[in-house]
Amino acid sequence: MSEAKKFLYVNRKAPYGTIYALESLEVVLIGAAFEQDVSLAFLDDGVFQLTRDQNTDEIGVKNFSPTFRALGDYEVTKLFVEKESLEERGLEPSDLQEIMYEDEDDDWEEKPSIQIVSRSEMADIMSDQDVVLSF
Amino acid sequence: MSTLHTVNKSPFGDSAFNSCLAHCKPGDAVLLIEDGVYGAVAGSAVAANVEARAGDVSFYVLDGDTKARGLAAGKLIQQVKPVGYDGFVDLVAEHDRTQSWL
Repeated sequence: MSEAKKFLYVNRKAPYGTIYALESLEVVLIGAAFEQDVSLAFLDDGVFQLTRDQNTDEIGVKNFSPTFRALGDYEVTKLFVEKESLEERGLEPSDLQEIMYEDEDDDWEEKPSIQIVSRSEMADIMSDQDVVLSF
Repeated sequence: MSTLHTVNKSPFGDSAFNSCLAHCKPGDAVLLIEDGVYGAVAGSAVAANVEARAGDVSFYVLDGDTKARGLAAGKLIQQVKPVGYDGFVDLVAEHDRTQSWL
């Protein structure tokens, strides 16, 4: 493989009503093996995927939200969350779980993976990619 | 650098089309396919959003999908251009990336 390509995974669906959110995360984890420059975007109902304290005991499906915290180990460290999408849904950044990674270029310092961006910044991020995969 | 956006959901009751319009950039193209073609109907509640972006974004509908749904060319927003499957392929080739708004 020559130069790494920029991959963006766009997440616009809430976590448990459809299978999209889980499938996206599965593809991200598989794709992480190919050492590309990976970013994740969360907008519209996709921001609900990252809320803290999810508990699926009574609906009989796997709670996959803790898996987001493993992404750092696969060098997936850029999770962009759209500010307007949060606000439209009555959410604040503090309603999202903390997702950290260890920065190998900075003495393994722990840093947050989630970055809150505006809608226009999200548009810039989208237009800066080689490949956009939507879920 | 430009993006081809495709939308395959009706804009009524699904946020995909409006979110696409809010994120696309001048020079991009939006192709409405499957149930997305309802977004091209003139005089609808979302038509003004299309007309507002038509200056800097190109809009297309997949002709077979409008015909399948009984949407005659005269019912569509004027700035929206019908294309066939060959036109779809051309659009993909002309842009740097394709983003599907599922």
